[in-house]
Amino acid sequence: MPAKRPNNPARELLFGDLWEFDPAPETADPNIAPRYQLFINGKFTAPKSKKYFDSISPRNEAKVSEIAHAGDSDVNAAFEAATAAFPKWSKTPGAERGKYLYRIARLLQDRAREFAVAETIDGGKPIRESRDFDLPMSAAHFFYHAGWADKLDCAMPGRRLEPLGVAGQIIPWNFPLLMMAWKIAPALATGNTVVIKPAETTSVTAMKFASILQDAALPPGVVNIVTGARETGAAIVGHPAAAKIAFTGSTAVGKWIQRELAGSDKRLTLELGGKAANIVFEDAPIDQAVEGIVNGIFFNQGHVCCAGARLLVQESIASEILHKLKLRMRHLRVGDPLDKNTDIGAINSLAQLQKIRDLVQGGIRQGAEIFQTECRLPKKGFYFAPTLFSGVSSSHRIAQEEIFGPVLSILTFRTPEEAIEKANNTPYGLSAGVWTDKGSRILKMSAELKAGVVWANTYNKFDPASPFGGFKESGFGREGGKQGLLDYAKLA
Amino acid sequence: MKSGNPLSLRKLVCKVGSVDEVGLGERVAKYSTRSLKKESKIFALRLAASMVDLTTLEGKDTPGKVAALCLKALHPHAGASVPCAAAVCVYPSMVRHAKPILRGTKVKIASVATAFPSGQAPLATRLAEVRAAVGDGADEIDMVINRGAFLAGELNLVQDEISAVREACGKSALKVILETSELETGDNIRAASFLAMQVLREGDFIKTSTGKTAANATLANNQIMLDAIRDHYFATGVEIAMKPAGGIRTAKQAVTFLIAVKETLGDRWLNNTRYRFGASALLNDLARQLMKEKTGRYQAPYTFSEASGSY
Repeated sequence: MPAKRPNNPARELLFGDLWEFDPAPETADPNIAPRYQLFINGKFTAPKSKKYFDSISPRNEAKVSEIAHAGDSDVNAAFEAATAAFPKWSKTPGAERGKYLYRIARLLQDRAREFAVAETIDGGKPIRESRDFDLPMSAAHFFYHAGWADKLDCAMPGRRLEPLGVAGQIIPWNFPLLMMAWKIAPALATGNTVVIKPAETTSVTAMKFASILQDAALPPGVVNIVTGARETGAAIVGHPAAAKIAFTGSTAVGKWIQRELAGSDKRLTLELGGKAANIVFEDAPIDQAVEGIVNGIFFNQGHVCCAGARLLVQESIASEILHKLKLRMRHLRVGDPLDKNTDIGAINSLAQLQKIRDLVQGGIRQGAEIFQTECRLPKKGFYFAPTLFSGVSSSHRIAQEEIFGPVLSILTFRTPEEAIEKANNTPYGLSAGVWTDKGSRILKMSAELKAGVVWANTYNKFDPASPFGGFKESGFGREGGKQGLLDYAKLA
Repeated sequence: MKSGNPLSLRKLVCKVGSVDEVGLGERVAKYSTRSLKKESKIFALRLAASMVDLTTLEGKDTPGKVAALCLKALHPHAGASVPCAAAVCVYPSMVRHAKPILRGTKVKIASVATAFPSGQAPLATRLAEVRAAVGDGADEIDMVINRGAFLAGELNLVQDEISAVREACGKSALKVILETSELETGDNIRAASFLAMQVLREGDFIKTSTGKTAANATLANNQIMLDAIRDHYFATGVEIAMKPAGGIRTAKQAVTFLIAVKETLGDRWLNNTRYRFGASALLNDLARQLMKEKTGRYQAPYTFSEASGSY
C-alpha cells in the first residue's frame, strides 16, 4: 500500500453499543427427519450397505440427522432405476416434461421458508442468504428450464437436441440445493435421467427435495439421489451406465475425474475452483465498489467458487479503498446463521475451518499484513472472522490458492495492462469483476480477462439465462442459458 | 471557486467521486432485511419519534392548526411514552403563532423559507424571507437550493446563494433542501451535497426533499447523502446533519433509515441534533407501534389522530 493517507486518522466514527440489535432468530420448522434413506426409483430406500453417517450443524456442532451411506450396490441400483426410466422419460413430450419442472419449481416456492431454515441449519449459511438467494434461485432454475423443455427444437435452428442418457452428477456443499437445481433442471428438460450425489456435509435439503419430487409425481427413476462420501462419488464416476458426468467441486477432484474418464465415451463437464480478481480502477464509484468487494468475498462466508478473492486496486486509491473497506466490515454481523441479522454465518465444516486457518497462518508467515474485524464469535460451532490481507504480492500463497473462506487478499496495480496481467496470473479462470465509470474500459477488460464471467460494476450476479463456467483449471462446460442445455444433449 | 474559474459539474464529480445506482440499490436493500426485536425495536421507535420535524406546509394552515401541531409535538400520545418531537416545521408566516407555545420547551421551530418549494424568487426576496422567519423566532431554516441554476451548470451560483442564506440565518441552524427528485441522478445528488456542505457549519443539515414533488426521501438518496456526510467529515472534521423528508410514513420505514445511519455514520449521528425526519403521519405510526410494544396489541385507529389535517 502506498503511504498516502487522505484521511486524518484522528477523525473516527463511533460504532459503539448505543443501539444493539436483539437476537432475531428465524423460527420456522425445518422439518428435518432424524434419519434419511436413499432416494432410488421414486422411493426412499434403506442402503444395502446398512451404513449411516451423522450430519452435523456447523452453527453449533449438534447432530442434525443421520444420512445413508450409499455403497457400490446402492449406486448400481440407482443407475439401474435411471436406465430403466430413460426410454419413457426421453420420449415424454417436452411440454409434459416441462409440466413436471414447473410443478417442482412451484413446490419449492411453496416450501421456501422451511427449506431455507433446513439449508441454514445443515450448511451454516446465513438465513438471509438461503431465504433471499438460494431458494429463489433454485426455483428460478426450474422455471427457466421448464420453459425450454418444449422449445428444444428452437435452441439450435436446423438441429435437434437429443438426450444423452443417464447423467451422473456430483455437487458441492456451498450451495447444496441451488447446485442440485443447476444440475437436475437442464438434465430433465433435455430428457435425461439422473443419479445425483450431494456433498457429504450437506445432504439434508437434497433428501427433502426428494419429497418434492414425490409430491410432483415425477416418474420413478428419473431422479435418483444417493448420499455418501468420496467412494460414493467414485462409484458414480466409474459406473458404466453413466453417459455423462457433471461435477462441481475442487480442481483436484476434477482432475482425478478427468483422468478416470479418459478413453471412455462419457461426456464430462467440470465446474471447479477459482481465485477471481476483482479489479477496482480509480474512477470507480468507491462506495459501491466497496459494497461489491464485500459482496464478492464475504457472500456465503467466501464459500463461493467465483468469490472475488483477489482485490486488485489501483494504487492511487488503495488507501481510500482499504479505509472504507475496513469501515464497511465493521457492520458485517458474524454469528448464528439462523439469526435474520447475521451477514456471515458458520464455516461449513471443521475441515474447511482448519484449511482456512492454515492458509491465513501462511499469509501471516509470508509477511502479508492482516486485518480482522473485532467480533464475538459463538463458542460452539465453526466460525471465522472476516479477514483482509494487504501488502500481498502475486507470489504469496494467499494470492494463488483458493481459500474458500472469508479472506480477501489485496494487491495493487498501476495501469490497465498490469491489472490484466495480474488478474490472469492464476491457473483458474472462473470469474472477474471490473469497477470503473469508463464504459470502453469495461469492454476492453472483459475481452482480455481469461474468465468465464466478468461482472462490471457489480459482483456475484446470477441468472438462469446466463451461462456460467470456467476457463483453464476452473473447468469446462456451461451451466445455465442455452449453452448449459447443450451440455446435456447430442446434436442430431 | 472564484468566478474566473467556474466550477463545472464534471469537475466536481471528478473531485468528490461518482455514484453507481445499481450498487447503491444493493447496499440499501440490506438495511431492509435487518430485523429488530424487543428492546432494540423500542429504542429505535423512541429515537425516531425524537427526531421528527412535525410538519404542516399547506395553503390552508391557520394559527389554530399550527397551535394544535405544536401541542402534538410536545405530547405525541397520551398512552405510550413517546418522546416529544424534535421540531415543528411551518411556513414563515406561522412562526410567530408557534413561538408562544414552544418557547422554553425542547421542541424547536423550523421554518421553510427561500420561496419554498420552488425557490423561484429573486435572491433578495428569498433572503428577506429568511430574515423575517429568524426575526419571528425560527430556530431552524429549511431552504431550497436553486435547482435551475444547478441543472444549468451554474454551480458557483448555487453555492454562493447557500452561503448568503447561511449568513442570513445568523444563529439559526440551516437545512439545505437539495430536492433530490429534481436533481435525479446519484452523481448530481452527491455533487450537490458537497456543494452545500462546503459552506455549512457543524450541525447544519442537508435535506432530501420538499415533500412537494412526486418522489421524496428514499433509502437510496438518503444513503448517497449519508456517504457524502461521512466523506466530508473525514476530509474536514465537520459533522453535518441529515434530514430525509417526505414519504416516510411508517415506523418500519423510519427504523430502516435509522439502520442506514447506524451503519454509515455511527452512534454520534443517532440523535436529533444530527438526524431528523421531515414527516407528519410518521409520528402517529411510531406512537401506534410503541403502544403495541407496551400492550401487546394494536390499538383502535381512532385512538390516534389519524387524519393528517387534525392534530
